Amino acid sequence: MKEQLEKIEVLAKQELEACTDIKALEDLRIKFLGKKGELTAILKQMGSLSPEERPVIGQLANKVRADIEEALSTKLAALKSDAQSAKLREERIDITLPGTHAPFGKLHPLTKVENEIREIFIGMGFNIADGPEIDDDYHVFEALNLPPDHPARDTQDTFYIENTNETVLLRTQTSSVQVHVMETQKPPIRIISPGRVFRSDAVDATHSPLFHQIEGLVVDKGIKMSDLKGTLEMLMKKLYGNDCKLRFRPHHFPFTEPSCEVDISCFNCGGKGCSMCKDEGYIELLGAGMVHPKVLENCGIDPEVYSGFAFGLGLERMVMGRYDINDLRLLYENDVRFLGQF
Amino acid sequence: MNLSMKWLGDYVKADMPIKDFCHALTMSGSKVECYEEEGKNISNVVVGKILSKGPHENADALFVCQVDIGAEAPIQIVTNAKNVKEGDLVPVALDGAVLPEGKIKKCKMRGVESFGMFCGLDTLGLTAHDFPYADPEGVFVIEEDCKLGQDIHSAIGLDDTSVEFEITSNRPDCLSVIGLARETAATYDLPLNVKEPQFKGVDGDIDSMLKVDIHNTEKCQRYCAGIVKNVKIGPSPRWMRERLRASGVRPINNFVDITNYVMLEYGQPMHAFDLRYVEGSHINVRNAENGEKIMTLDGVERELTSDMLVIADEKKPVAVAGIMGGEYSGIMDDTTTVVFESAYFEPTQVRQTSKKLRLKSDASARYEKGVDRLISMTCLKRAFELVEELGAGEVINTVIDRDYTDRTPASVDFDPEWINSFLGTDLTEAQMKEYLSRLSFTFEGGKVLAPSFRIDIGCKADIAEEVARIYGYNNIPSTDFRGVARAEFTPEQKFTRALRDAAAALGGFEIATYSFVSPKYFDKIKLPEDSRLRKVVRIINPLGEDTSVMRTSTLPSMLDVLSFNYNNRNESACLFEISKEYLPVDEKKSYQGDEALLVNSGKPRHEYEYQLPDEPQRLTIGMYGGDSDFYRLKGMVEQLLDEMNISDVEYIRASDSDAFDEKYALHPGRSAVIMRNGTALGIMGEIHPEVQDTYEIGVKTYAAKLNIPELMEAAAEKISYTPLPKFPATTRDLSLLVDEDMPVAELEKAIKGAVGKILEKVTLFDVYRSDDMKKNGKKSIAYSISMRSHEGTLTDEQADSAMKKALKALAAIGAELRS
Repeated sequence: MKEQLEKIEVLAKQELEACTDIKALEDLRIKFLGKKGELTAILKQMGSLSPEERPVIGQLANKVRADIEEALSTKLAALKSDAQSAKLREERIDITLPGTHAPFGKLHPLTKVENEIREIFIGMGFNIADGPEIDDDYHVFEALNLPPDHPARDTQDTFYIENTNETVLLRTQTSSVQVHVMETQKPPIRIISPGRVFRSDAVDATHSPLFHQIEGLVVDKGIKMSDLKGTLEMLMKKLYGNDCKLRFRPHHFPFTEPSCEVDISCFNCGGKGCSMCKDEGYIELLGAGMVHPKVLENCGIDPEVYSGFAFGLGLERMVMGRYDINDLRLLYENDVRFLGQF
Repeated sequence: MNLSMKWLGDYVKADMPIKDFCHALTMSGSKVECYEEEGKNISNVVVGKILSKGPHENADALFVCQVDIGAEAPIQIVTNAKNVKEGDLVPVALDGAVLPEGKIKKCKMRGVESFGMFCGLDTLGLTAHDFPYADPEGVFVIEEDCKLGQDIHSAIGLDDTSVEFEITSNRPDCLSVIGLARETAATYDLPLNVKEPQFKGVDGDIDSMLKVDIHNTEKCQRYCAGIVKNVKIGPSPRWMRERLRASGVRPINNFVDITNYVMLEYGQPMHAFDLRYVEGSHINVRNAENGEKIMTLDGVERELTSDMLVIADEKKPVAVAGIMGGEYSGIMDDTTTVVFESAYFEPTQVRQTSKKLRLKSDASARYEKGVDRLISMTCLKRAFELVEELGAGEVINTVIDRDYTDRTPASVDFDPEWINSFLGTDLTEAQMKEYLSRLSFTFEGGKVLAPSFRIDIGCKADIAEEVARIYGYNNIPSTDFRGVARAEFTPEQKFTRALRDAAAALGGFEIATYSFVSPKYFDKIKLPEDSRLRKVVRIINPLGEDTSVMRTSTLPSMLDVLSFNYNNRNESACLFEISKEYLPVDEKKSYQGDEALLVNSGKPRHEYEYQLPDEPQRLTIGMYGGDSDFYRLKGMVEQLLDEMNISDVEYIRASDSDAFDEKYALHPGRSAVIMRNGTALGIMGEIHPEVQDTYEIGVKTYAAKLNIPELMEAAAEKISYTPLPKFPATTRDLSLLVDEDMPVAELEKAIKGAVGKILEKVTLFDVYRSDDMKKNGKKSIAYSISMRSHEGTLTDEQADSAMKKALKALAAIGAELRS
């Protein structure tokens, strides 16, 4: 009986060795260890053994069972692992095929840059003011120290509205919002006002009858021209990095005094001079200045007590500089191949 | 303004490098646009003398010349020029010379060697106006005092530099050589050398020859006149022509050139006219009579009105004051006696007349900006000095000066402390005084006085600017301003931003379109004749019809962009825009109560004369291609509304609603108006096939327009958390047979009403039409109905009873359970 047991163990191990799939392995388990299996068959003969032999054989039988079980589980693990590997091999895919895209939209480049500027100014304590795009002569010109017949009006090719005796017009500058704000708010005033403006310029690569400006206005006691410089430098460093330099040039706007034009070091050459900046090293960026005392007065603010500064940025120019866009028309054509790039 | 550097050199020593000059002047406020060095693209061209001119052995049309170019031996040049002869001085482009049209090399011309080329005026970039004696067609035969072999630049004065300035409207004084010389002197702190002009004159009594009366001394504050007799009309000398050319003015004849020269030099317009045509030898500066006519120099007859100022003789106007002379007043070839006028006309007067007559001239451009009101006589004298220098006639040594000018200078309090606090600088009073003195300002009793040519000085800030620009804007420090301010986005700004982000998150590409459109869109989107959208805000002076009305609907702009993309072969597009419509308002609104006062002074606020239109914001969506269909669009709208916390909306057929006239642009069976509590939030649907054709879009197109103010109103302010369910849901499926035209929304309404509180969700999962059903005009609709209670697990009995109620309600509207 002892030999029988040992023979079963040897046989079981041989067959296990040869087994290659999980189902056959289960059959082997039944064959050797099942209720009708070979080991059970032998153990049924235990009754015929002597009381001395019984514990010895019993122990041996248990060991054989344990050995076979262990061999079975080892084999099962190996087969499972083989099967897993085979499956993984089979499931191999071309990971260079493109991914499946969920619909995902884009914001217009004008919006992206405008949002960026809005956030910078909110962080600096500026509120965002809105004003009408169709406004009257008073808010767009007169209150801003541009009385009728002022020569500077010539440069602003204004669109006028029918049946209003040339008093209602499309605003040519967001500066009109300065007037609305100062009519209704008390200092300290800190606002920016982004929006559409209109001038009768024919469409070409750098002109459009409609474009966007961002107006800025600060009015408080003790506001100085050096504050204007500090604010604009801070804005441009946040937008274009710490290396950009600003250059302030005297200029003339009727609603500021002193007035300046502000140039930024060329995006392309960084100030050395190149074809993009016409060898200047600088590119014209915006107009600014200290709010003209007459403008404060027109809005009911005493210029002897308060002072302020104002500036106007051209959004299109900033967008074009930011993304190297060389033709303004692209912004209003809205080709999806263009819009998809931002 | 184009400035001749040679001319500038008369008044200030401007020998610095040109780039340095341009930069310095730009930084002190006179912006340089560009500069041009004359003859820069010409090299190796010299003066040569033709020693001999003989025939060419192989060609009848060519000649062989020996030319002395000041070198040891003459050179041989082959030419086809007929206008040159032995002894002529000509410009010779030598071997290797550079000309605007290219390089010159020695070559053989029909077998005879030629070592250069003779140049004509055009070859050197010149015209007959520069050298009136030269033959414009042939070789330029030089009649100047020059040496053989001399470089052509110095020989004919092609060595000036012209600098183009952009002068701002507040500084008309800088539209002159002397004005820019003053700026140069102030910028570089150099002495300025301007002398009062002098002329000798011949004896004569002007009062016996000419009478001048000013009838409107407010509009014409000064009129100076003098007479030149025995005039000799002819070309002006080279130096004058050169300077005019560098200033961008064409030389004409000595008298016209003198008036232009003085105008460029001092900024004072001058007028010269023939005394013969002044009837009664009497000049009257007066208002025109209504309906009075004058034929101006440009050959156009102009009808005048009484608010215009004319220069008239005893019978007729001879010039529109400060703008243009009459047709017969000019200098003719047979003119013998010339009157020179130098006057000061009030700027607004000139500007208004010029605008009304649509007539502009160099003179009016200067007068309307404002000329120095004290220099009329100086300029008259300067003109006479030049007449004598040019030998152009005899100047009568007495002149007329009708002077009503106010000579009080503009003055402003001088407050150095305030200037420093305004600029953020730390300058001493002495420094400020020095800067201002350089700019010709003077000081008197605590005041700073502006020179007469500065028409732009009126307040302390103006003085601060003068100090700042000479000190240098870039020397002012940069500071952070003090004070605390609270800033936040307004609810509108937050809402719009969230809406925009949501539209992009749902796959929309944001677009930007013009606010003005073509009025043709009314018909393109099939608006009925009486549609309120046809009432628009119209621009009187548009660039063209395409941009002539302010849109009352954003839909056409969207359709234009969809069409543009479709025709650029973009297979699909899903676009959105947040932008305004411009809707005329009939009734004029006035400010009420406190609103009517300026918050900072309590004074009355400016009232609008006309009511401005409303400018409400819209969200417009448009799509074609890809998976676009009505339900994709509706899904996008639903998700947007959900994201913006807008619930309980209903969709009704657009054709049943009058809320939006855009419905006429939509497919009547595939369009809906979005309603909430009786308010229309928006419209959406498939574009009408005709409209789609009109816009040349070849595939089905979908669009929606949502009114942002209404959306904001409808949005729940607060999101309130609903607890997650503790008890399981019970689900029942219902398959219903209904008439084909039954909207599913009706079924859902019935189910919701019947099941009540325990209803969690009604999900439509199938719409089916068997052939049989189609025949009977029926369709099958299948729902999964989920019910749940927050108090406990629902029993089968509870669920069944709810279903029974639902079926009863459904039966009442004609829906039966499908067997």
